[in-house]
Amino acid sequence: MKARVTVTLKSGILDPQGKAIEGALKSLGVDGVASVRQGKVFDIELSGSDKAKAEAALKDAADKLLANTVIENYAIELKA
Amino acid sequence: MKSAILVFPGINRERDMARALKLASGNEAAMVWHAETALPKGTDLVVVPGGFSYGDYLRCGAIAARAPVMDAVRDFAASGGLVLGVCNGFQILCESGLLPGILMRNSKLKFICRDVHLRVERSDSPFTRGYNAGQVIRVPVAHGEGNYAADEETVKRLQREGRVLYRYCSADGVVDDTSNINGAAQSIAGIVNERGNVLGMMPHPENHVEDIMGCTDGRGLFAGLVAHLEKAA
Repeated sequence: MKARVTVTLKSGILDPQGKAIEGALKSLGVDGVASVRQGKVFDIELSGSDKAKAEAALKDAADKLLANTVIENYAIELKA
Repeated sequence: MKSAILVFPGINRERDMARALKLASGNEAAMVWHAETALPKGTDLVVVPGGFSYGDYLRCGAIAARAPVMDAVRDFAASGGLVLGVCNGFQILCESGLLPGILMRNSKLKFICRDVHLRVERSDSPFTRGYNAGQVIRVPVAHGEGNYAADEETVKRLQREGRVLYRYCSADGVVDDTSNINGAAQSIAGIVNERGNVLGMMPHPENHVEDIMGCTDGRGLFAGLVAHLEKAA
């Protein structure tokens, strides 16, 4: 089973890296960019086929390590 | 003072720290590998040194904070033992939950490596008793992620409870946006936990302890710890 965990900064948290990317896109002349927020994507392969177990394990992984919930949110997406 | 310095892969300031501790206390510090599950018997002070543990992968300090030795450090802190985290050590203590908040990328995105001034906010902590309240000291910083952040309530609480021990300031002690080198909330350079026995700070006091270093302002922190432990003994 494959899964994707996406970690993003909570709204209101200053994102200097996102701001720098935003500035670079503007200076490249890419049209219509209003703002950029940077995040992380983890592609994870799971052994076993129990969906509920996989979701629980991924939640555990995100809470314990992948995200720092002081500043970050995460979303879990299981793929068939 | 019996000190234990934690060693993680990628840490590079452990020897500077050992030298400063030896100078202040006369004792050699024990080096404790991250895979250990216990601290040496009779440890008075645990130091989490600076460097780039695990290459700063994922988030600074995130992986080191989950190392086996950190459970022993949590127990040690819970029983009132003194813990000092410097630079990457501060990041590790935040990631491990021993201190609130997190160190974010410096607001101007640049790695900052130079001397800065710190205002010592109070002198009645084991980590500041070698200084006077309001004293300005000069110590080096070397970090890319030192921008302290926490939710508004946590920052207010740190302030209210007098848990900010060191703030970035100008040479004459003025705390403002200009002297706040990395954009840290409330110009925070160092904070303690609720109980006051765990300090995390971004600057490196261990690098200003001998005349050859050009400044000895960092000595007070270590001398204060030694004095505190002697009084407690």
